[in-house]
Amino acid sequence: MSMAQESEYSPDSDRIMAVSLGPQHPGAGHFRIRLWLDGDYVVRSDPDPGYVHRGEEKMSEYRNYIQNVPHLERPVILDSSNILFPYALGVDELMGSKIPPRGQYLRVIMSEINRIISHMYFLGIQGYFMGHTTMITWCMGDRDFWIDLGERIGGARVTFAYVIPGGVRNDIPEYAIEKGLKTCDWFDKRMDEYEKIFFDNPMVRQRSDGVGVLSREDAVALGATGTVARASGLTFDVRKDEPYSSYGDFEFKTPVLAQGDSWARAYVALLDMRESVKIIRQALKKLPQGPVRLKLGPQPRVPAGEVYSRTEGARGEMSYYIVSDGSPRPYRLKIGVPSAKNLRILPHLLKGVHVADVPVIYWGLNYWPVEADR
Amino acid sequence: MSKAQPPQPSPPQPLTAAPTTPPRAQAPPAAPAPTNPEPVRAKEFAAKFTAKFPSAKVDWTKEHRVKLTVTPQEVGEAALFVRDSLKFDHISTVSGVDWIARNELEVVYFVGSSVTGLEDFVFALAERVPRDDPVVPTLIAVWRGAEYPERETHEMFGINFKGHPSQAHLFLPEDWNDLPPLRKDYVSPGR
Repeated sequence: MSMAQESEYSPDSDRIMAVSLGPQHPGAGHFRIRLWLDGDYVVRSDPDPGYVHRGEEKMSEYRNYIQNVPHLERPVILDSSNILFPYALGVDELMGSKIPPRGQYLRVIMSEINRIISHMYFLGIQGYFMGHTTMITWCMGDRDFWIDLGERIGGARVTFAYVIPGGVRNDIPEYAIEKGLKTCDWFDKRMDEYEKIFFDNPMVRQRSDGVGVLSREDAVALGATGTVARASGLTFDVRKDEPYSSYGDFEFKTPVLAQGDSWARAYVALLDMRESVKIIRQALKKLPQGPVRLKLGPQPRVPAGEVYSRTEGARGEMSYYIVSDGSPRPYRLKIGVPSAKNLRILPHLLKGVHVADVPVIYWGLNYWPVEADR
Repeated sequence: MSKAQPPQPSPPQPLTAAPTTPPRAQAPPAAPAPTNPEPVRAKEFAAKFTAKFPSAKVDWTKEHRVKLTVTPQEVGEAALFVRDSLKFDHISTVSGVDWIARNELEVVYFVGSSVTGLEDFVFALAERVPRDDPVVPTLIAVWRGAEYPERETHEMFGINFKGHPSQAHLFLPEDWNDLPPLRKDYVSPGR
């Protein structure tokens, strides 16, 4: 927004103050929210993303379908397998590939590990914004055990580049299965402690109960997705709605809360992680034998066509619209990321809140600036 | 702000601490899923749509997807039909495509539904405009969530959404002074 437009919005310039939150604010990330304040109240807000826009969509038009794998996970390195998953599904669908069952299970395992890694980061920072600094130390510490597990499977610590068109990049080592089951058992106990120390904490409840309430109707109209939608009573979960890969094989629930406030948006992430642990445990125990990927070659030919593929990422519905003209490179690749979908809700929720509640509401949307900018 | 409806203040929901998982009406898919099932539902939607808009073109039908193209003149009415009669109530993604060889720009609205039994389906409503005069009506009045995706499509493809409250740059720098970057005739620096 230009300065001229900004000064236009001042019904009473003596009373209304324009404040810029970010982009260099330690909490806001690479993202700015313009706030217009009347005393301690926000009368209007205007999110200003784009500080980390890298043109991922344009970049993919210059690279072939395999070269696109590593850079496409850069927008959200916390959730790297989940941003690649729909891409792999889309390319598989265009090529008519049938992924071996072991590859499908490994995709699911890695995607759920990434969901936990992402939610732990989200909960840690959310605790920090509520003034509960224990939360960030616990979450960052415990998150590392999942990163370790991901490293044993994928070989890297955050950017695994594991889910690729045609299957997964490599097989899981035998010892990682045992290690994974142990991590699951330990994490189950740990989450009970999280409920006690964090979600039943009177301070956390005071700071988040009834803060930034998003009604079910608004959630639908504004196109909320993921944890934000499920905290407002919507049952959106692509894993259940349209079971892709091998999600139909596992027993799990879609946690849904009705409150729609910041507390629910954080708590639904914890419930999500409980389901993820269930899925990982089942998948590790039932892991079928066989190959994990198809031989595609370094420059696969993808037949002409269009596909819209989607999966449930940690933050919500992750979707790709891929247009292929039969050449080795995508003609058009659109990444529909959940952060960009949930960004529309921010100005709606910030209307009329206290300035002190802005960080809690902002981070409660599970917004990741780099993912939204692409 | 002519067509956009102002956000209504939302009444706080009653606090219920216990997590609830409403029963899902959809049955889980049968175990041996056929490799290429006939897209029955997609064809039904396409038939309903083309009965109302005979000039619409069915681009493709898949098991959980359908894509239809209408003219920019009737896209507003078509969107209302998709929302109210076919019950697709929220925007998922809006994408542009530059068909430079045909001198056309395409806008595709991917819309989803929160209605039980329709959550697995994504409806794609597309329209095409000439590249020299890319003007389409905004659909914010139909789907409120279309505001930012349309703004992004505007800056990346140079498509003008008539009636949009603000088409200021969202992701591009304020002083971007070049072709819209996702157009095919814009070449990335160094390429």
